[in-house]
Amino acid sequence: MYSEIVMEHFKNPRNVGRIEDADGIGEVGNPVCGDMMTITLKVKDDRIEDIKFETFGCGAAIAVSSMVTEMAKGKTLEEALKITNKSVAEKLEGLPKNKLHCSNLGADALHQAIMNYYERRGRRPTLRKRRREKVEPLEKPEGHCYCPYCDVELTEEAPTCTLCGKPTTHRHE
Amino acid sequence: MGTIYLDHISATPLHPEVRRAMMDYLNNGFGNPVSQHRIGDAALEALEEARAAVARLINAKPEEVVFTSGGTESINHAIKGVAFAKAKRGKHIITSNIEHNAVLKSLRMLERVGYRVTSIPVDKFGLVDPDHVKNAITHETILVSIMHANNEIGTIEPIAEIGRITRERNIPFHCDAVASAGVVPVDVKQMEVDLLSIAANQFYGPSGVGALYIRPKTEIWALLDGGMQENSHRAGTHNMLGIVGMGKAAELAREEMDQRVEHVLRLKKAFIDGLGLIDEIIVNGHPTQSLPNLASISVRYVEGEGMMLLLDEEGICVSTRSACASGSLRASHVLLSIGRDYATAQGTLLFSFGITNTLEEVERGLEALKKVVATLRNISPLYRKQKEG
Repeated sequence: MYSEIVMEHFKNPRNVGRIEDADGIGEVGNPVCGDMMTITLKVKDDRIEDIKFETFGCGAAIAVSSMVTEMAKGKTLEEALKITNKSVAEKLEGLPKNKLHCSNLGADALHQAIMNYYERRGRRPTLRKRRREKVEPLEKPEGHCYCPYCDVELTEEAPTCTLCGKPTTHRHE
Repeated sequence: MGTIYLDHISATPLHPEVRRAMMDYLNNGFGNPVSQHRIGDAALEALEEARAAVARLINAKPEEVVFTSGGTESINHAIKGVAFAKAKRGKHIITSNIEHNAVLKSLRMLERVGYRVTSIPVDKFGLVDPDHVKNAITHETILVSIMHANNEIGTIEPIAEIGRITRERNIPFHCDAVASAGVVPVDVKQMEVDLLSIAANQFYGPSGVGALYIRPKTEIWALLDGGMQENSHRAGTHNMLGIVGMGKAAELAREEMDQRVEHVLRLKKAFIDGLGLIDEIIVNGHPTQSLPNLASISVRYVEGEGMMLLLDEEGICVSTRSACASGSLRASHVLLSIGRDYATAQGTLLFSFGITNTLEEVERGLEALKKVVATLRNISPLYRKQKEG
């Protein structure tokens, strides 16, 4: 069900671990919803010199973490902020539909680690970009909101699930 | 290093004798058992022979056995068939919190059309307390449906005790015995059930064929309307090849049951003993009152789908009950019901053993598991946090 490249990253994940004296830390997800991802960064001259991840989650979540760290490594912070959930999923040649939320975690954790670096330095990124990307709807945003984490249809349009607080997706019948 | 199949709870391989019986039928039979000529009669003979074998497996009479397309159809038929037939008497149904989705979703469908469902909680082993069933009964209760053995944790429920309660009150009792029939003794008389669902692919028969036991005089509607097959309980031309296979499989299961139970139980014990090598593993289900062929474990701080995929790389085939591996992303309702937290439920694997497995295969399975758990815990932020206190 996974693409070859997803399986390859899952079986041989890059940049596993945790940088102890990290310059930035990003932690997203929570085990209640099934996955959790931590990214630690080392920054030199505004460039990501080293990056490592730890993930509790399925094969897709681990492959996404591996890919996002590989994409970010060596990039400037501003370049790294341009990495989106979508671009990670694309690099992995797609994910099964019910796994798209895993790709959301990857870029979110990276962006959070970068923002954490800026905060520690008391700086703001010059690039004006929302830290949290709007979640790509799985289908056209008609129909109603659905939380893939809790497997419930939400009664009203909501960007996040009323039960677990994670991003919802839209789907139609 | 060949493949080691430790997923018999999902499907069992065909027994060689079942395959032979099916090949024989494929080569020689094709008729419709409903036809009143010699070719039809030959098919009818094969059909009734299979029916008698399935009946013997569960201590029923042949005329009480209806062939279906498998466990899911049997369950849907039992629940919806009784609910519709008794709608005028009442609309209350009792079940447990750990039933299979075929039961849960059939009941959810009935709730949408006005039925009420009471779901009984289970204890930490997954056991239903028969008194809870008794106390849930109202004058509107028209059906009780409780599974025999749970397919995720293996716990075997006190069906006979529940059967006594429902029989006294004349309430139809359906038992989902898909995970247990053909594996451990199932006796519809002793269990005092009115309906019982079974499937052939749990006892070395083919997939896509099952049976529903219907006690005489049980009020039940058909799900599939059409011809007069199966005493008008189930219309449609018979899946003769599957039925012949199921009959043979039932015959073998009955004859070989004691040896089979002894064999898989030895493997299960060796497996559970060997788990001591890995820290922070929980064995799910009742320690003794459980399926002899299934070991359900929750490995803390790692997720099940990842373990299952890496085990597959090592040639070991198992099931996971991690939400990530299913269509929905919700943790298993069974594991939550027995008190596992979400994260622990996510790390659940099912190892299920069969008659062709060996102790060496179990050892290899354990070695692979140990390696895979170490690999994934090395990536897990939860495991690191736990180690750091």
